[in-house]
Amino acid sequence: MSILIDRNTPVIVQGITGKMARFHTADMLKYGTNVVGGVVPGKGGMEVEGLPVFDTVAEAVENTSAEASLVFVPPPFAADSIMEAADAGIRYSVCITDGIPAQDMIRVKRYMYRYPIEKRMVLTGPNCAGTISPGEALLGIMPGHIYLQGTVGIVSRSGTLGYEAAEQLKAHGIGVSTSVGIGGDPINGSSFKDILQRFDDDDDTHIICMIGEIGGPQEAEAAAYIKENVKKPVVAYVAGLTAPKGRTMGHAGAIISAFGESASEKVEILSAAGVTVAPNPAVIGDTIANVMK
Amino acid sequence: MDIHEYQAKEILAKFGVGVPPGALAYSPEQAAYRARELGGDTWVVKAQVHAGGRGKAGGVKVCNSDTEIVETCENLFGSKLVTHQTDSNGKGIYRVYVEGGVPINREIYLGFVLDRSSQRVMIVSSAEGGMEIEDISANKPESIVRSTVEPAVGLQDFQCRQIAFKLGIDPALTQSMVRTLQGCYRAFREYDATMVEINPLVVTEDNRILALDAKMTFDDNALFRHPYISELRDKSQEDPRESRAADRGLSYVGLEGNIGCIVNGAGLAMATMDTIKLAGGEPANFLDIGGGATPERVAKAFRLVMSDNNVQAVLVNIFAGINRCDWVAEGVVQALREVQVNVPVIVRLAGTNVEEGQKILAESGLQIIRASTLMDAAERSVQAWKSYSVKEPN
Repeated sequence: MSILIDRNTPVIVQGITGKMARFHTADMLKYGTNVVGGVVPGKGGMEVEGLPVFDTVAEAVENTSAEASLVFVPPPFAADSIMEAADAGIRYSVCITDGIPAQDMIRVKRYMYRYPIEKRMVLTGPNCAGTISPGEALLGIMPGHIYLQGTVGIVSRSGTLGYEAAEQLKAHGIGVSTSVGIGGDPINGSSFKDILQRFDDDDDTHIICMIGEIGGPQEAEAAAYIKENVKKPVVAYVAGLTAPKGRTMGHAGAIISAFGESASEKVEILSAAGVTVAPNPAVIGDTIANVMK
Repeated sequence: MDIHEYQAKEILAKFGVGVPPGALAYSPEQAAYRARELGGDTWVVKAQVHAGGRGKAGGVKVCNSDTEIVETCENLFGSKLVTHQTDSNGKGIYRVYVEGGVPINREIYLGFVLDRSSQRVMIVSSAEGGMEIEDISANKPESIVRSTVEPAVGLQDFQCRQIAFKLGIDPALTQSMVRTLQGCYRAFREYDATMVEINPLVVTEDNRILALDAKMTFDDNALFRHPYISELRDKSQEDPRESRAADRGLSYVGLEGNIGCIVNGAGLAMATMDTIKLAGGEPANFLDIGGGATPERVAKAFRLVMSDNNVQAVLVNIFAGINRCDWVAEGVVQALREVQVNVPVIVRLAGTNVEEGQKILAESGLQIIRASTLMDAAERSVQAWKSYSVKEPN
């Protein structure tokens, strides 16, 4: 019923001794996520929430067979932690950290490409709410109870708008296969296109909900990909119709700096690719319910 | 973060990029004195503001005498320069840069940007210098030469030579062009820039390559490791509301409408503004108070939003996930008791424990208009704003 993570995926938390990381580790355990340990350099041997802490990701992988990691490391050190995970053989990593320098992310992406595709780690984020496969596992900071289990795949740049969509779906009694936050930064681990591809290949996802915003080429690239490749219906919403040009709207990546990066242009491009676009954020759930009929 | 032209030139010069001789002045008299120091008989006086399009807006003047410089500066200093890149208020002029005139043979456009598609640094150049890049890509797209930099090894000389040949630079100047491009790239890398733009880069009559204008923007997220760059911040060029917000760790963008917004999450904040617009109103601001909607943060947000005199209603839209609605509601109530808010307040809560949250708002005895959905909240806000503005016109 999911992509990227399920109830069996063994997870480690990088930076587990921090206040927020502890809180969300407890929350993930409660949700049923298979959290098996944590990593904090210099704090190996400690325990957090009854889980062992290791000095390095390699050591954690060796001792716990972890396959996924959640990065809760402060911005100056986060890029380094992501590369450490990629090197240690982690298959999937979610980075929550907001505020990583863009050039650090360029280096992270370049580093990940050193590995052949079958050994290359998948990264979502940074600056995202995480990934949840309802009823299976939660790898992030989202409130688990707003998601029903179901067949809609959600992919969103914004965290809270992803919640908004899930809650509107819940009001319709519609559930979610997996919800993936790809984050609000200009350079991110996975694009809309990467996640759309996974949803399209997932038998348990029947319809895809894509929540974009102003800034960057991602929505247009996704539109081109949907038109050529995606077989499942896609419903989209793009935030920022009222956002002025050239101003950063909270997310480092939410800035209109080139042609095709405004919300209205993105709506036009997505509609032309056959995507059903919700006219306003209050009707994302209604629009999906209509398409599912 | 943006810096001034003269600061960008100082940085680029350190990395080997040629710039004309120039000097900074804080008064008309100082400008005239600086011009005499520079020598020559033609100078360019340039208003230092954080915006492009200064030339067309009257912020760049060629002067041929002391008196002309003083006169020009008297008009510039203390005035606001409105260019196509500023809002209608413009940007204050408190510094001018005086440069010796340079006889020009040709003008080139040169820009370094973070390209989000290739996820690399991209060099954008064109032989059509002097025009804005937007106009070049609209009118002369075939003139644009693009090249991306492999992050592991950096910019290579052969790439620079390729650019020089494509731009039709005199072969005798190839090495000088390579040095210019490498200098820009090194400055970009070294200081975590997100943009370096030289428009125009000129070839002078005596065959030198000089940056006649320069603009640099830096990654806010990387300022922690560049104290030298952080010190170049000029608050006089920022919207005072936005500076205050930034100092308090809130993400705020001032707009021109009447409905103030307090929201958690950047995406939801933009979506809330959009919904207000669809309901027939205009948002006064973008404001993301972040994940933890603590009473302190909500109170700070109210103070900030209310410092905008155009605000005639405030919409609070919080999706409480990990933080429960009852807790957020208590925060809102506490903030409203602390901060004097005399315009209608509309609150929409969603997420965990929403009923308890609504109950706290209802029983607070405060004048709070409660809303259930996003659309409902926007409609009620527009309604409240309209009836308020009839009662108490600005």
